[in-house]
Amino acid sequence: MIKVLDERVKQIHEKGAEPFDFDCDRRSTAGSVSQRACVFCGSRVVLYPIADAVHLIHGPIGCAAYTWDIRGSLSSGPELHRLSFSTDIQEEEVIFGGEKKLEKSLNELIDIYKPKAAFVYSTCIIGVIGDDVEAVCRKVSKEKGIPVLPVHSEGFKGTKKDGYAAACESIFKIIGTGNTDDVSEFSINIMGEFNLAGEAWIIKKYYEEMGVQVVSTMTGDGRVGDIARAHGAKLNVVQCSGSMTKLAKMMEERYGIPFIRVSYFGIEDVSEALYEVARFFKGNPEIMVKAKDLVKREISKIIPEMEKFRKALRGKKAAIYVGGAFKAFSLIKQLRYLGMEVVLAGSQTGNKEDYEFLREMCNDGTIIVDDSNPLELSKYMLEKKADLCIGGVKERPIAYKLGIGFCDHNHERKIPLAGFEGMYNFSKEVYNTVLSPVWKFAPRNRKHGGER
Amino acid sequence: MLLRHTPKEIKERTALRVNPAKTCQPVGAMYASLGINKCLPHSHGSQGCCAYHRSVLTRHYKDPIMAGTSSFTEGASVFGGQANLLQAIDNIFTIYEPDVIAVHSTCLSETIGDDMNQIAAKAKEDGKIPEGKFVIHASTPSYVGSHVTGFANMTKSMALQFAQKTGIKEDHVNVIPGYVEPSDMKEIKRLLKEMKVKNIMFPDTSHVVNAPMTGKYKMYPDGGVTVDELMETGDSSFTFALGQWASEDAAKGLDAKFSIPFDVLDLPIGYKATDRFIESLRKNAGVTVPDSITVERGQLMDVIADMQQYLYQKKVALVGDPDQMIALTEFIVSLGMIPAYVITGTPGKKFEEKIKQITKDVPYEVKVKAEGDMFMLHQWIKNDPVDLLMGNTYLKYIARDEDIPLVRFGFPILDRIGHSYFPTVGYMGALRLVEKILERLMDRYDRDISEEKFELVM
Repeated sequence: MIKVLDERVKQIHEKGAEPFDFDCDRRSTAGSVSQRACVFCGSRVVLYPIADAVHLIHGPIGCAAYTWDIRGSLSSGPELHRLSFSTDIQEEEVIFGGEKKLEKSLNELIDIYKPKAAFVYSTCIIGVIGDDVEAVCRKVSKEKGIPVLPVHSEGFKGTKKDGYAAACESIFKIIGTGNTDDVSEFSINIMGEFNLAGEAWIIKKYYEEMGVQVVSTMTGDGRVGDIARAHGAKLNVVQCSGSMTKLAKMMEERYGIPFIRVSYFGIEDVSEALYEVARFFKGNPEIMVKAKDLVKREISKIIPEMEKFRKALRGKKAAIYVGGAFKAFSLIKQLRYLGMEVVLAGSQTGNKEDYEFLREMCNDGTIIVDDSNPLELSKYMLEKKADLCIGGVKERPIAYKLGIGFCDHNHERKIPLAGFEGMYNFSKEVYNTVLSPVWKFAPRNRKHGGER
Repeated sequence: MLLRHTPKEIKERTALRVNPAKTCQPVGAMYASLGINKCLPHSHGSQGCCAYHRSVLTRHYKDPIMAGTSSFTEGASVFGGQANLLQAIDNIFTIYEPDVIAVHSTCLSETIGDDMNQIAAKAKEDGKIPEGKFVIHASTPSYVGSHVTGFANMTKSMALQFAQKTGIKEDHVNVIPGYVEPSDMKEIKRLLKEMKVKNIMFPDTSHVVNAPMTGKYKMYPDGGVTVDELMETGDSSFTFALGQWASEDAAKGLDAKFSIPFDVLDLPIGYKATDRFIESLRKNAGVTVPDSITVERGQLMDVIADMQQYLYQKKVALVGDPDQMIALTEFIVSLGMIPAYVITGTPGKKFEEKIKQITKDVPYEVKVKAEGDMFMLHQWIKNDPVDLLMGNTYLKYIARDEDIPLVRFGFPILDRIGHSYFPTVGYMGALRLVEKILERLMDRYDRDISEEKFELVM
């Protein structure tokens, strides 16, 4: 039996138990071994894929070291985003201020790399010593003739979600500065898609095949020039519940661009993501025709292959612990399609609505957790006899220690999981890990006559 | 070409850091804390610090890494983090039941001026630390030194905040292994056992961050130095401190407080440094060197002799922590190779002097930089290439772009396994290093050599 902090009792729920008085959207209790990160982390992951900008982290070395190329956001061109730049603040600057070092660093950085823009991230300590980062950015921007954008991402000033918001504020400053002459009336921005393992490329290809112009992919294989003219698009298509909705709302307010929320994971969701865009451009019925053709073709390509996976995976049990709840919804649908049962579902940052929805989706007996920790996750995975865990870097070794298969649905994934081919890849990955013969040696299987 | 943006022309930089060869203090402190049995490391700062440290250690060891955080908020940054830390201590002892909480600070908590000594005392006073449980703490501001400094600071704290003197002189000695892998710590313990040296090693991460698969999740794996052992370090007759940067402070601290004589040695990487370690053990622990160790040394020397022709005059670029670089550079020189470039991110002039001393007879103008980064190293290499790279995973960009073989060594290694289980210290560790170096160099030779000159026997 494990103990649960009193403060956390309401952040764990077993579907079927009443009432559903779930607690979430709150700060982690001090001392809790949370799997969450900070404001800076939120900003960094969102802006990271803008590949022709430099990302300068203003603070001591750690924040730059830990975020150096840890996210597989692919670029089709420049690779500036995969380098690590820091002002490497020392004690002297903590006492006398870091503005001079920031300015020098920015000048050196821009001179070496000649980027299209520079993002300057404030870390915890910058917020405390009170550097006027805005002023430095303004000055350098004027001198170098490129946008130099402060990102207010001091780690302690909220949660990862606040970091997403700070990133949106910065991107918003670039939007509207580019030329939109050649933007078609059937055009979109793809938002909240980070091009992990090349996923944005797959999605972009679909929309383009439908006859829809993709003005900017923003934060997946992103380019400053594309973002600058993103305001020309007629619709914003937002994936990922947390990170980009704020920017979409800002663009709606300033430029009158409506937005829709979609998911590209699973046959059902990705088809719907395409149809919704087609429905929006109903003035051009050709788009819907093409969308239907595309969906039909892509599904017929993968369905025969899927049967093997479905047969083998039927009745297997899965645990899901991901960053945003939106992804959990898609995953539950995908796992159901494979005939698997979800025994645990949770997220780091879901809100009340998310969890209400999650509960409706789940079967009785499913454990729902918010801001969980290794003790809870391992307990429920064992209790519920999970065969598969879907999570990120910190969940992976826990699953393996228990002898449970694992699928990375976070930034360490190596193969695209979005789109129709992504559904195939996902199914194959789940199949490979769940059916791997190595689990025969796992202690949990030994007593059932497994090999010794 | 991921690093295609790196220009060949070298211009002096005075502020900017590109592709660092170091990280910040707290992660080193967290790693050291994991070397205490039933200890939960605790990060006194924002939630992100803790998440990042846990992630990088998890990626490096492929094991679950546990730590708590004070989860700073804007309020804490204005009013101080005392309330957060007190609550955290209370929660951790209630829920996670460790024997020890090892608190390290962060840039944030240091800058706002939290006094951890006072907060720990307050926790004790308020009854938040149960009987038989402990809170230790180390000051580890991220804007001073590097992860190595953090490791040294926590190592010093665990010694000085636990050690007691009963007055009864025990026949054991202290061994501080330095910032090395769990495999290395285990190997040092094996050598000590062979030498019949009764010892307390701290920190000791073996069997903590390389725990076996048991089918259960164990928050506190079996390894680590115990609290009782740490207390007994005050009664030890001698302290062996391996690695000046990581271990000297703790040894000096014990000497100042309990008059325990000490020897600060280089990390026992390579045969020369291992010779000195064995010799110091013989002299200061009063033991004799058993034949088994002499045999190991002889085997290493035999392999080196067999293969020296493939090593001679090969140029190597080295990146890593100061203690590792000093011993490794010496080893490289002793193999007849040329340590053309040596870089560590950890600041300190002493380092450059020491490397210059070690390489003074090398027939090449060796470049060394204490506060270097990988961008600078890449520029050096573009201007004058090397045959081999040795250092952490981040060297793989240079390795790929410049098509140079890479031996992974140091922290972090994010893309290969082995470091948790196969040591690089001692004679057997040196043998493994020689094997790895030869494998990379000879694979490259076989790949590049023309068909008519391609040989079966080498």
